[in-house]
Amino acid sequence: MLDDFLVRAIIAGIGIALVTGPLGCFVVWRRLSFFGDTLAHSALLGVLLSISLNINVSLTIFVVSSLVALILLRLEKSTNLAGDSLLGLISHSSLAIGLVILGFLSFIRFDVLGVLFGDILSVNTNDLLFIWIGGGLILAVLFYIWKPLFASTVNYELAEAEGMNPERVNAIFTILLAALIAISIKMIGVLLITGLLIIPTAMARNLSNNPKQMVVLSIIGGLLSVFIGLYASFEINTASGPSIVVVALILFILSLLRIGKKNYEK
Amino acid sequence: MNTSDTLVRLSKAGIYKDKKWLVRDVDLEINRGKIVTLIGPNGSGKTTTAKIALGLYKSISGNVERNTQNISYVPQKVSIDWTLPVRVIDFMVLTQNLKQDDILEALDLTGVKHLKRSNLRDLSGGEFQRVLLARAIAKKPDLLVLDEPVQGVDFTGEVALYSLIKEISEKLNCGILLISHDLHVVMSATDYVVCLNGHVCCCGTPKDVAQSKYYKELFGEKSAELLSIYEHNHDHVHSSDGNIIKEIK
Repeated sequence: MLDDFLVRAIIAGIGIALVTGPLGCFVVWRRLSFFGDTLAHSALLGVLLSISLNINVSLTIFVVSSLVALILLRLEKSTNLAGDSLLGLISHSSLAIGLVILGFLSFIRFDVLGVLFGDILSVNTNDLLFIWIGGGLILAVLFYIWKPLFASTVNYELAEAEGMNPERVNAIFTILLAALIAISIKMIGVLLITGLLIIPTAMARNLSNNPKQMVVLSIIGGLLSVFIGLYASFEINTASGPSIVVVALILFILSLLRIGKKNYEK
Repeated sequence: MNTSDTLVRLSKAGIYKDKKWLVRDVDLEINRGKIVTLIGPNGSGKTTTAKIALGLYKSISGNVERNTQNISYVPQKVSIDWTLPVRVIDFMVLTQNLKQDDILEALDLTGVKHLKRSNLRDLSGGEFQRVLLARAIAKKPDLLVLDEPVQGVDFTGEVALYSLIKEISEKLNCGILLISHDLHVVMSATDYVVCLNGHVCCCGTPKDVAQSKYYKELFGEKSAELLSIYEHNHDHVHSSDGNIIKEIK
């Protein structure tokens, strides 16, 4: 059964959607979507490094993205640059460096589009293992740091005053984000992974009134996007990553109808 | 005073940032069952001092000794973003696990039990403030730090909440560090007052402070007249930023 690429893609997609749901909520709550984008862009650098050094792609992306995340956290404290400018600087620099390196690697065949937008055909059994084991680890750690992370999201100083060590959980969270990017780049692509993180979550926000409900709904939104997106990708031969994100967008638009109604009732 | 009752002690504590002192040389002690109130004009370092006591700054001068981990904090300002859906009951268990009964009891004490399923964003300023206070007392802390806990609360509620704070300090035998602008209420409900203006201007029992010359200088004759008029000699003069510019021996 795992020989069928569509089955592999669906299993991979389920694994990814289970993780993007809860992580996406924190990305939206903490206004980190541009931060996620920056980590994702640095993944291109990771892919190229892994090809030139011939080491595992997911591992290399994880290391590179984690490094970028830690550098960002560090720079945010030590420079006076506004957060978004700093992110823009790192994000586009890493993308540009990646593409320049790509120019030097002209001797290898390399599918840039696949890295940027995801390639359903490239998902092999090994990747499935990475996605499910990696995803399981990410969720386990997130579950463990949930309370302090949530408290510091609501109010950083309150969490710190009451002994929750927000600085540490924030750092752990960014590492989790880097790990998610590492396991999902092949499937969704560098440019679109943030879309899968925040669009189902934005949809979930429109339909929920407490944090747990929002997490559950964003997982469901992610799963639906993956299922319908992959089906469409298979049937009408569209690229997998973009199809998934377009479905997520359609779900978001549908959720706006509900919120419009709710406001009217008020 | 018995030292084991001391929850937090600041000795010569201060913070120097961007080439100026936000607050300096603060000596302060918070003991079990006592309410210490910080008063002072805007920008005088009240919140900063509270944050030093809470350990929210990495590099401070002087020394802070904290003998408890069980701390509750009501910050001056908490804003909840629209993206974050939080109900009152979710907020109550933000940093601690509580029994349903304890949650309801605390909400009942501050008069917002009926709002337990409301979203935080739908609350009025005064209601939100009551929820913040309820959350802080629900965990039965040893030390309670309240930064203007009744801002936006209506007048009758204000009086009720201050007497609740007083009651809590006695019932839980916890120390309370209170920042407030409501001088008349504060003076009647406090054990010890510290008057700040970049440094400790004067401190003592409410009566002592109200009689102090600096208090009158900072808050005007009117506020001093509320309690009593008393003159004594200055030993220093302030510049506009609160620094001592001259010591009179």
